[in-house]
Amino acid sequence: MKVTVPIPVRKVYEIKGPKRVQEILDELGLPYESVIVIYEKRLLTPDARVPDEAEIEVRPAISGG
Amino acid sequence: MKCTKCGEPAVVPIRRHNAAFCTEHFFEYFDNQVQRAIKEHRMFTPDDRILVAVSGGKDSLAVWDVLLRLGYQADGFYIDLGIGDYSKRSTEKVLNFAAERGANLRVVSVEEEYGLGTRELARKVRRPACSACGLNKRYLFNKVALEGGYDVIVTGHNLDDEAATLLSNVLHWNTGYLARQSPVLEASAPNLVKKVKPLYRLTEREIASYAVLRGIDYIVEECPMAKGAKSIQYKHILNQLEELSPGTKASFLFGFLERGREHFEEEREQVEVRPCRLCGQPTTGDICAHCRMLQRAGVAVAGD
Repeated sequence: MKVTVPIPVRKVYEIKGPKRVQEILDELGLPYESVIVIYEKRLLTPDARVPDEAEIEVRPAISGG
Repeated sequence: MKCTKCGEPAVVPIRRHNAAFCTEHFFEYFDNQVQRAIKEHRMFTPDDRILVAVSGGKDSLAVWDVLLRLGYQADGFYIDLGIGDYSKRSTEKVLNFAAERGANLRVVSVEEEYGLGTRELARKVRRPACSACGLNKRYLFNKVALEGGYDVIVTGHNLDDEAATLLSNVLHWNTGYLARQSPVLEASAPNLVKKVKPLYRLTEREIASYAVLRGIDYIVEECPMAKGAKSIQYKHILNQLEELSPGTKASFLFGFLERGREHFEEEREQVEVRPCRLCGQPTTGDICAHCRMLQRAGVAVAGD
């Protein structure tokens, strides 16, 4: 599957699926509390299973300044 | 994962409440948290004229959206900071948001006002960019709210912002700041407009979820001047604690507001506030910090 993390610098990861959202976040080292996960304009919960052919966005929710 | 209220598939889990919600019940939860904040702290009433400080980011657009939906008289106020393409994209998001909802929006451009953008202003006065920008924003919020006859200024500060500020203030024992930290900053002097934070009970993840589910097109990228900001580091650390023990951020902040802050009350400085000799805005000195900053930057200040 293709996993896009848009910030701080846009990165696209290829991760072998199917996998649960929590497993993907663990692989990326991102806590669920800091992000939202978007698939086809829907939000995914940590237990959601993502198919190998999917393209998802892991969008950091933290901002500062 | 199922919605705690109706059993339909959930879209937003909220571990600190041991709950998860479908879209409909998440919106209900979100509105309830905002209304609870407004009521408990007597932030404003439907009769008040509200000025919402918006940046184009998720928090400020979400708070504006929820206040408009709840029927409050909420106008937006956007400061074009003149930070290159970032500001151009932010401006576009805010203008589109207001146009889609038929909402009133006031816009001030830092470049048009002072002849230079935030980056240049900070460089000229040798201040960190976030410090010059913050001073500018606080000044303009109050000035525009006063001139427009608004009763209250709303900002998009959330639970993570407030918990990170609290952590920073505790780590440095900024007791004066601890005495003042609150979801409501009262109009404690003439010409000072009350400031409130209706999103302080909601986390950034909940607010980002709300924005996406409501179809709010916000600016996702971070302000280029805020890269490496301490506040972001503190938020990451707090979220690591939250993962280990859900509810940590809320109990840290709410516990402080309910039981901790009172112990710092005597640290609250009693200062005399008077009008700035140049601009008339409230200040503790002869000339306010904002006018002093503009003078140092070589910007002509009215009355100087």
